[in-house]
Amino acid sequence: MKLDFVIRGSDFINAGEASSGTKKALTRLGISPKAIKRAAIAMYEAELNAVIHAGGGNAEVEIFSDHVQIRVIDNGPGIPDVELAMQEGWSTAPDIAREMGFGAGMGLPNIKKNSNDMSIETEIGHGTTLTIMIRF
Amino acid sequence: MKLIDCAEVLQAEVLVPVADMEIDIKVACGADLMSDVMAFACSSNEMMLTGLVNPQTIRTAEMMDVKVVVFVRGKVPGDQMLDLARDKNICVMSTPLPMFTACGLLHDAGIKGKGE
Ligand SMILES: Nc1ncnc2c1ncn2[C@@H]1O[C@H](COP(=O)(O)OP(=O)(O)OP(=O)(O)O)[C@@H](O)[C@H]1O
Ligand SMILES: [Mg+2]
Repeated sequence: MKLDFVIRGSDFINAGEASSGTKKALTRLGISPKAIKRAAIAMYEAELNAVIHAGGGNAEVEIFSDHVQIRVIDNGPGIPDVELAMQEGWSTAPDIAREMGFGAGMGLPNIKKNSNDMSIETEIGHGTTLTIMIRF
Repeated sequence: MKLIDCAEVLQAEVLVPVADMEIDIKVACGADLMSDVMAFACSSNEMMLTGLVNPQTIRTAEMMDVKVVVFVRGKVPGDQMLDLARDKNICVMSTPLPMFTACGLLHDAGIKGKGE
């Protein structure tokens, strides 16, 4: 099963709809609540990063019998130092994101914590693709 | 403690009820930083108290399976947010109490924090 979502940049009203849609689809399929929660957390963090840091993008979700692959793709500025970005507490989030309660620099470490596999492909000036795998 | 009794302890107005107001609430968290809620708070039938009023508080609650969002200090979200909560089946209330007092009263009444 494959799901596609558009993620709009700086849209803090609708940010989270892609993750919500994915959570609903996994729930309908009867996946274990624990795995669903890990997927929801990881995808929401990734979706928010696309909204906050990259002017939006899109999400491709592929659900298999024993795992889900979530890909969040943006055409944003890219991440200059991935190792630094992965550190807890590192954040370049703008004030608008902080006003929404985000920007603690916890998102990427949290994605890693909740996923079975995560990879970041990023190119300065071109964008970032984050791929997350959650085993059920 | 039953959700409806939590509301009474908090002197809260229920803005969005859920079908079952008798669900048992055992764990709560208080946070204005949604990043922290995403990273730490994680439990079932959880209640989240917050002073932050924006749609992402409801979205965060949805992702974390938080069943109840309590806005402290008398903050009342707009209709758009209340509709979102209704759509996500999340109970919303507003208490006139400040964060510290609201959390303290719930704790006195037997609600625990995560990991307690
Ligand atoms: N898609 C992206 N495009 C460009 N930069 C990104 C992207 N995702 C993350 N970053 C960079 O990596 C940093 C760390 O990201 P992370 O998600 O861990 O924290 P945050 O988004 O700043 O805060 P939080 O996730 O706690 O709300 C960001 O502040 C930003 O500089
Ligand atoms: Mg983030």
